[in-house]
Amino acid sequence: MKKTLFDKVWDSHVVQQVEDGPDILFIDRHMVHEVTSPVAFLGLKNRNIPVLYPERTFATADHNTPTINQHLPVEDPLSANQLKALEENAAAHGISYWGLGHEKNGIVHVVGPEYGITQPGATIVCGDSHTSTHGAFGAIAFGIGTSEVEMVLSTQCIMQPKPKSMRININGELGKGVTPKDVALYIISRLTTSGATGYFVEYAGDVFTSMTMEGRMTVCNLSIEMGARGGMIAPDEKTFDYIQGREFTPTGAAWDKAKAYWDTLHTDEGASFDKEYHFDASEIEPMITYGTNPGMGMGITNGIPNAYAVEGGAATYKKSLAYMGYNEGEDMIGKPIDFVFLGSCTNGRIEDFRAFAEIIKGRKKADNVTAWLVPGSHKVLAAIKEEGILDELHNAGFELREPGCSACLAMNDDKIPAGKYAVSTSNRNFEGRQGPGSRTLLASPIVAAAAAVTGKVTDPRTLL
Amino acid sequence: MAYDKFNVLTSTAVPLPIENVDTDQIIPARFLKATERIGFGDNLFRDWRYNQDDSPKEDFVLNNPRYSGKILVGGKNFGSGSSREHAAWAVYDYGFRCVVSSFFADIFKNNCLNIGVLPVQVSPAFLADIYAAIEEDASTELVVDLPAQTITISSTGASESFDINTYKKGNMTNGFDDIDYLLNIKDSIRDFAANTPL
Repeated sequence: MKKTLFDKVWDSHVVQQVEDGPDILFIDRHMVHEVTSPVAFLGLKNRNIPVLYPERTFATADHNTPTINQHLPVEDPLSANQLKALEENAAAHGISYWGLGHEKNGIVHVVGPEYGITQPGATIVCGDSHTSTHGAFGAIAFGIGTSEVEMVLSTQCIMQPKPKSMRININGELGKGVTPKDVALYIISRLTTSGATGYFVEYAGDVFTSMTMEGRMTVCNLSIEMGARGGMIAPDEKTFDYIQGREFTPTGAAWDKAKAYWDTLHTDEGASFDKEYHFDASEIEPMITYGTNPGMGMGITNGIPNAYAVEGGAATYKKSLAYMGYNEGEDMIGKPIDFVFLGSCTNGRIEDFRAFAEIIKGRKKADNVTAWLVPGSHKVLAAIKEEGILDELHNAGFELREPGCSACLAMNDDKIPAGKYAVSTSNRNFEGRQGPGSRTLLASPIVAAAAAVTGKVTDPRTLL
Repeated sequence: MAYDKFNVLTSTAVPLPIENVDTDQIIPARFLKATERIGFGDNLFRDWRYNQDDSPKEDFVLNNPRYSGKILVGGKNFGSGSSREHAAWAVYDYGFRCVVSSFFADIFKNNCLNIGVLPVQVSPAFLADIYAAIEEDASTELVVDLPAQTITISSTGASESFDINTYKKGNMTNGFDDIDYLLNIKDSIRDFAANTPL
């Protein structure tokens, strides 16, 4: 039988099938962070059961950590308590823990690939919806709730019905200034935030095969924003080059054996999908969002759509625009902004900082803009310094912060004030996501950079 | 953790006719700092429910004395966004035992099922009927019958059936959870793990 990439990986991890119920899916790798794990560990304690395979679980602190003065004790007592709980839980169960100050610390979806924890053909879960990031390597990776975190800790399995399959094909060549982030925001704007709910997506076509691994991670990361559990891309030589030599990557004979398996991980010719989309790369512009969900995005030179032209309820649409302080038909170009946030599991990797630096080099940060530039990990931070990007940022009037999730979800002190506009490279523009009352415009690192140096929404192609 | 058994729930309902209600609205990230599952209901819909000075926003439905009950009725694509189970905990802790919508986000729906809150997906037309019936008379009760897999508007008698797989239905009616099941097949899991490449 012809199988999709998704079928191959899913089917090979099914321990049992429950009649008229879910599949029992074996999980190879489990990533854990401080926010969604404490109640799961408490559950283990209440049941008096151990972690079944501690070596398959990896813990890092990221959501709730400060991005300045990480060498000092965490000021917020609740955050400090949550970090302490993870450290203690990891120690009690023999789980590796890359906490604050550890050289491998960083955002869970940035460090997983960096150290080779993420591998093709693996099943990877984490109590975080952007776990879909790891699908860039041909893994089945998706976010789970805390009850499921407890299931994986105690039994290394979860119980879920097999999702339906979707393939999104984009062929052709991307235009100047069009990045992987724009590709993802374009797809979401076409499918809406619920267009892929119930599906697991495979991305295929020229655009994805020619994309770097970091670009693929950005695309897969945003799969959840159209409702999909996850998204994946078939592994290729680029994938193997990326993972070879990393700490948790197999070596020697084990590498050869793994590689032979990984080479089989592609959708068979003639395999069918429950749903399939085809888009043309040349139609994609640099994107920006104007509303309060990631589906409310458009080409940066377009006007904000009219309520009658959008799918769904006009009342919800108008409520969203009112929150943003925008009107139907207005241009986004030239809209004043107050903050720029470069970072997150979506766009906090070295290529994102390189792209940002490319635009700001030789220019100055606009006086009306507060910029928070937050590397996804210590490894990214080190590369920013080594490559001279830090000097370029300083010369242009920017400061760099320390790694963490930061203003993406504003659990720490990095909150955009009420009413202020932020061009953000993160993943969600929900009401108050970046701080109560904050207004978020999602965009690529170069759109963020263009906004940072001009103080308003600017087409980055005019600065390239 | 086993949870409350769910059989037939008859209750008034709270209408929230907004689409794409995301988990950041259900519970904002700054309220996710607890290490125990306590008190999340206080911050359910925090920023829609309270002003920044913590005074209640009078126009929000949870602050309207006309509406109360154990059933929350939300618009299409309810629970989109984050995987935070805290959103489902907040719904539960506030006192809801059932959420009705014409479409649910995947992870939120799963989280609800895992803690004993029943997500009931109805047709867009039936959802509109529910809103109309509550608008007409806020004391209208909905009858959610899990064994029969039906939801009925008591004032009009209109009824619709809903889907749930047999396994999850059994868990909900008996108050079992998935971990009980998985712990029972631990030997099979160990055998399986011994043969996995990673």
